[in-house]
Amino acid sequence: MNNFGYTRASDVPDAVRQIAADPAAKFIAGGTNIIDLMKENVTRPSRLIDITHLPLNRIEDAQDGGLRIGALVPNSDLAYHPQIAARYPLLGSAILAGASAQLRNMASTGGNLLQRTRCLYFYDMTTPCNKREPGTGCSAIGGVNRMHAIFGTSEHCIATHPSDMCVALAALEARVLATGRDGERSIAFADFHRLPGDAPHVDTNLRADEIITAVELPPKGFAGHYSYLKIRDRLSYAFALVSVAVGLELEGDTIREARLALGGVAHKPWRNPDAEARLAGAPPTRESFSAAAEIVLRSARGFGHNDFKIELARRAIVRALTQAARGTPQSQADKRIA
Amino acid sequence: MAQRSSAARKQQERFPTPAKIAITLHVNGVERKLTVAPWTTLLDALRLYLDLTGTKKGCDHGQCGACTVLLDGRRINSCMTLAVMKDGAQVTTVEGLAQGNKLHPLQQAFMDHDAFQCGYCTPGQICSAVGLVAEGRARTPDEIRELMSGNICRCGAYPKIVAAIEQVMFGNAAQRAGDMGQ
Repeated sequence: MNNFGYTRASDVPDAVRQIAADPAAKFIAGGTNIIDLMKENVTRPSRLIDITHLPLNRIEDAQDGGLRIGALVPNSDLAYHPQIAARYPLLGSAILAGASAQLRNMASTGGNLLQRTRCLYFYDMTTPCNKREPGTGCSAIGGVNRMHAIFGTSEHCIATHPSDMCVALAALEARVLATGRDGERSIAFADFHRLPGDAPHVDTNLRADEIITAVELPPKGFAGHYSYLKIRDRLSYAFALVSVAVGLELEGDTIREARLALGGVAHKPWRNPDAEARLAGAPPTRESFSAAAEIVLRSARGFGHNDFKIELARRAIVRALTQAARGTPQSQADKRIA
Repeated sequence: MAQRSSAARKQQERFPTPAKIAITLHVNGVERKLTVAPWTTLLDALRLYLDLTGTKKGCDHGQCGACTVLLDGRRINSCMTLAVMKDGAQVTTVEGLAQGNKLHPLQQAFMDHDAFQCGYCTPGQICSAVGLVAEGRARTPDEIRELMSGNICRCGAYPKIVAAIEQVMFGNAAQRAGDMGQ
């Protein structure tokens, strides 16, 4: 690692002051991604501002009947929290599908949102990468791109967002609370991460002087009918080739509301409002699920090695919707796909 | 090469060497005072400055689990943790598991089951298993395998590792039944 300074933030305003005063500094919480990036020389902050002593580690009821998750709540505490298990099992399942027990003990809620792509070229300092060094080009386009995106790509970047947790948060329509010099604001999850466009070095719409303080879940948790189905090269501790988060609200033989988000396929958790609209009011049948998958995949584009993701995603969507409708969510321990 | 060293100089000018920081760690029940640079990982602090070399450096990227220790009772990757951030914390390494000459039940179980070959991953496996048992989330062999997936064993001793953990979690009766099933 390069030399860097180290300070602690005493409270949220102090954290904002410190980051605003030193644009080359970065916050550190769990450290599971940033320390790795620093060891690889991909990220070279002048200073780390330790935010782990801030009072942001509580899970509490929100005023609207939802749940407010402090930005420093470790992924493992969140996944196993009784309120998550009872009301938002989709979120718990997605968290447990990712990383390892050790990393989940360390990684924070806010940090999970801010983790960076695991694109091999982004990590490889010897290759061009627009995300790491803007303007140098994208090595994945025309390179080894088996892990890369099929939705929302640009000619500058085809990296994917690596999080599982964020896929569930997208499906649940969580909100991200951030505090900066201009005060606190609430960001819809769909607006938090961005597509690469012509600025792939910018992952999110968080401002440079802002700190994530909490993630808020709305009251509706789709606890009765959900599934998080993650397809990967080995059964555990690997990033998704394709993952699908589903939440369904059923009324008799009719889907009242459907949420569908995909991971491992885009620069952000991928949703398609038309596909969700196609499901609303439809019966929970294979025909409805295939039609929805068809709508999602209409905008997919492969880059050679990752062409298989298009058919894989189609099948995973149908399977996850089936699991959710039957009330038999994918187990994250027994990996047989039901 | 000349370009490289000029860039390195520029980097040094931009980021002058920061001061070392005094911290206290409670390692295996003993208070240890240290003065470390901000970039010293907990793993390096344990191995280089406290001579606790039981904890191993495998990948140094949080992918293999060889560096697993218990921090305030929870298993973590010490290679992905900065020592300065853990001032005041309780750290348990593999050296701190035995009570005098009596091995920790998981250490004994790893011996009983011959749950290793080269042994390099073993301290991390055992610390991780101690964390797993304390968490109480695993109830089946499938769950043990899933929740131990952060510890890689390149010798492939996994069946024995799971058997050793089962012995501690479920006792010998469950273990005998498991052996017969193999």
